[in-house]
Order: sequence, then C-alpha cells, then structure tokens
Amino acid sequence: MTPILGIWASQNYPRVTTSFESIATVSVGSGGAADITFSSIPGTYTHLQIRGIARSNESGNSADSLRMIFNSDTNANYSRHRLYGYDSVVYAGAGANTTYIQCLDYPYSGATANAFGAGIIDILDYANTNKYKTIRSLAGDEMNAAVSSALSFYSGSWRNTSAISTIKITTGSGSFAQYSHFALYGIKGA
Amino acid sequence: MTATYDCIATTTLSTTTSTVTFSSISSSFTDLLLVFSGTSTSSFTFLIARFNNDTGTNYSYTLLQGDGSSASSTRGSNTASPYVGLVNTGTGAVGVYKLQVMNYANTTTYKTLITNGGIASNRVQAGVMLWRSTAAINRIDLFPDGGDSFASGSTFSLYGIKAE
Repeated sequence: MTPILGIWASQNYPRVTTSFESIATVSVGSGGAADITFSSIPGTYTHLQIRGIARSNESGNSADSLRMIFNSDTNANYSRHRLYGYDSVVYAGAGANTTYIQCLDYPYSGATANAFGAGIIDILDYANTNKYKTIRSLAGDEMNAAVSSALSFYSGSWRNTSAISTIKITTGSGSFAQYSHFALYGIKGA
Repeated sequence: MTATYDCIATTTLSTTTSTVTFSSISSSFTDLLLVFSGTSTSSFTFLIARFNNDTGTNYSYTLLQGDGSSASSTRGSNTASPYVGLVNTGTGAVGVYKLQVMNYANTTTYKTLITNGGIASNRVQAGVMLWRSTAAINRIDLFPDGGDSFASGSTFSLYGIKAE
C-alpha cells in the first residue's frame, strides 16, 4: 500500500536530530589560558556534556586533575570521588566540603611532548531547580614509558539547586597550554 | 541544521573477520566514537586498536578493570598492540565497548583514545590509549589479540561528534 504523504515524508526523508547540540567551544591559543569558562548556558537542555583535551604550562613532568566550579561558587559546597588506575596500581580518593570538583587528568609541560589529557564530563539534570547537581567523568592521560599515567573515573556533587549557567574549569597550578580544547554540548530529553 | 552527532558508518559481520577497518574517515568532526558489540571466535583475549595502519611501537595504554572480586590497573608502553578492551567467545560473553577518539583530526597533538565497557560475565574496564603521532586519524583498525577473529554477528558503529 502506498503510504500517504505525511507517513511517506517521515519514512523516506532523513531527519537531522537536534537532541545533541554543540553549544560552545574554547581552543587555547599561543598565549595559554588561565581558565576555561562557559557562561550564559541556556536552560533548555536536559544534560550537558563537556569533551576536552588539556595540558598545562606548569613546569615538571607530573600531572594533576582539572578543577570545576559552577555559577562562580567558590565556597565549600562541593564533594568528589575518584577511582583511578595509576600505572599498575589502583587508587581511590574522596573529598567532602571542597571548593571544587575534579574532572579531568592533565600533564604538566615537562611530560611527553604533544601528549594531552582527555576526558568526557557529563553534568546531569543541570537546569533542574529541585536537585543538587551531579557530574560524572571518564578521563585519562597516557604519557608512555617513564612518565606516569592515569585513567580516572570521577564523580562530583554541587550542593545547590540553582540551574547551572556558568562552568569554570581551571588547572591546579599553571595555566592551560596552547591546543587545549574544550567543547560544551547540550543533550535534550524527549 | 548540521547534525552534531552523526553516524559515519556501521557494519554487522556476516562472517568471521580478523580485522574491522574504518577508512577514509572524514576530518570534518572533532571527536570520533566507535561502538563495538561482539565476540571472538576462539579465545578470551584483548581488543586492539590501531590508527592509520601504523604497526610501529608508537602506542601506550593504561587499563583499569574490575573482575568482581578485585580491581587492577595494567600499563603497556612502546607497543604496537595497545589494549582497549576484551573479547570472549560465546553468546553469553558479548563484549560492549565505547572507544572515544578525542580531537582526532588536529595535526598538532598526539592522539588520545578513551575506552570503557566490558563483558558482563568477565569484567568491567576503562582505559586510555596514546598514539604518538600528530597526524590526523583517517583509519581505525580493530582486532582481537593473538590472531583470533571477530565472530559473525559482531557489530561496529562509527560516529562523528562535531563542535561548532
């Protein structure tokens, strides 16, 4: 049976989904950057996802975890957990009443050249004004051979029911190196 | 409107296959996501990924896993066979993994892959892999270690994620 026009249109023409949309992108230039900030985030999505790669200008061949705060809240309203494989050892860590959430592993400037930490950070129900906010992250920095490397699961909580409109990410020390790159995406519910 | 999250290619194996290859990958996206669901034909072994047909010892990885009674971390350096997951035989041992290749098309940084998944009857895993090349990735090869093959019915889907 030949479909009627409306059904024909939906069955036979490709639809472009807008459930996963790019909101903003930050690429760090030659001068480095003290922080990565996404502001004026619309409340029209259900979840947010940040996908990024990072390296620091801090000297040495060590590594650290990026720090994230919401809506410029620098008070001790956060908590966090981390499960990570560090070389051949498994570690777990936690922090309560902290001033930031940890979210992504990154190397210092003396680590393997051209290698960046990478991660995918999910911020769930970010615009819901009835809940505290929760993040989860999967991240790693693999440096090969003599330089230590880690793969990390992070979870974090911001004890505030406000919708998130600003996200600020900073290094623990130093600044973001050139070619660090962060992209913010919005995920819509049905 | 341009799709931010786009399916580039997908395949379901109709026969046993030693290597699955995605080639001529467009550089127009920011990240790639390869979703694998399948089994091997003869053994419980590691899943290996390579880029741009590079068979040199230009890879390294860190793999975190839990097998139900303990957690462990494994590291490999200067290897031609970086482990990004596991495969096993049998319909009850399907491996399911998401392999995320971050900023795959830039020509200034080494390339990092983040993987997570597992086999419900064996273990859960997450890992990070580094390919020490600044070349844009235009090919991905996925294969079981030890000369094994993927079983018929295994599925592979490649997605592109584009930042504006």
